[in-house]
Amino acid sequence: MYFILVLIEVYIATVGFAVLINVSPRALNLSGLVGTAGYVSYLGYQALISDNYVAENLVGAFTIGIVGMLAARYKKMPVIVFNIPALVPLVPGGQAYQVMKYIALRQPHVAFSYVMQVVMIAGALAMGFLLAELFIQAGDVVHRWFSTWRATSYRRK
Amino acid sequence: MNEPTLSIKEKNLLVQTCLLAGKILIENGSELNRVSDTIKRIAANAGVPNLRAYVTITGIMISIDDDDTVAKIAEIDQRDFDLRRIEVVNRLSRKFAAHQITLHRFYRMLQKIPYFGRYYQFWQRLLAAALLSGMISVIFTHDYGDFWLTSVVGMLGWLIYQGVRKRVTASFISEFVAATVIGMVAIMAVRLGLGHSADNIIIGAVMPLVPGVQITNAVRDLIYGNLISGPARGIEALICACALGFGVSLALIWLG
Repeated sequence: MYFILVLIEVYIATVGFAVLINVSPRALNLSGLVGTAGYVSYLGYQALISDNYVAENLVGAFTIGIVGMLAARYKKMPVIVFNIPALVPLVPGGQAYQVMKYIALRQPHVAFSYVMQVVMIAGALAMGFLLAELFIQAGDVVHRWFSTWRATSYRRK
Repeated sequence: MNEPTLSIKEKNLLVQTCLLAGKILIENGSELNRVSDTIKRIAANAGVPNLRAYVTITGIMISIDDDDTVAKIAEIDQRDFDLRRIEVVNRLSRKFAAHQITLHRFYRMLQKIPYFGRYYQFWQRLLAAALLSGMISVIFTHDYGDFWLTSVVGMLGWLIYQGVRKRVTASFISEFVAATVIGMVAIMAVRLGLGHSADNIIIGAVMPLVPGVQITNAVRDLIYGNLISGPARGIEALICACALGFGVSLALIWLG
């Protein structure tokens, strides 16, 4: 029950950000769903495997990359329309703000731990997207091989 | 290969089209890998495979590697997020690839893009900002008591951000002012007994303004090997975070 509540919240937050950056109404619902899928895998990794924030964000971004690419192909829209709103529950914006707050409040040691978090999370998200892209490309190559193989074997028969 | 060779005039038009498409993509928050990809694809579809593009986040240079060389530069001053424009450029580029529109028509339609409006009314965006701040604060802190207050403060912050941005040309001032107001209102509201934790309210309320996506895009550009644009985008995001953080700290120092 609590889990479902969090997912509804993530959906609404994603759609809210999508409205702010002017995503077309046709893509609003799907971008919300992509964001929810990313957060499901994030929470799932946290609950089932380990509570490591770098790995969690990597898995979340990987899911967003793959589901976003599928949504983009389904709607024939650029993939950025689905990825950027979906990223909002994961991005280290809150931590980036904490860094500057603690620097201004003269507590640099607290700020530094937040700097490390920002860098690690941003890196994990970017790597997750890169891996998703590689995965999709590999899938396309395999699909092409398979279809040519099937076509030639059909002709032989 | 019996590609029709283009006249100098058509080559000029092609370079201008590529420049305009790249400029619109960068101004509206696309990552640079996609921009150079789009430019190369437009050129290849027009029958000019030897087009050279040097794309950075503050300017684009394009030339055709030819005897009658044409080279052009576009500068990019402001960056924002407006995915409608990216979508339109993408759709036009696909139509051009499918030979549904000519190069002339492509260029004319690209010129119209900066005048495109928003899909959503102002109150809808205001509501979206309020929901975004409230929901993010609930997701991060699991505290349902502050939801309404965070929504209202976030909406106020976004309103002030938009208002200042429209009137003041200097960048980062709008973030600073909005963050100061958010901090002051949150602290006063907690003092009056309307909310529990000023820190949670502030984190939720600055969420529509924080440059989280820009930081992630910066790292993506870096990973793809854009060693000039990645750090530049990172610095931009850092200054934006600075403005927000200093604004809130100002409120914290004043009202303690």
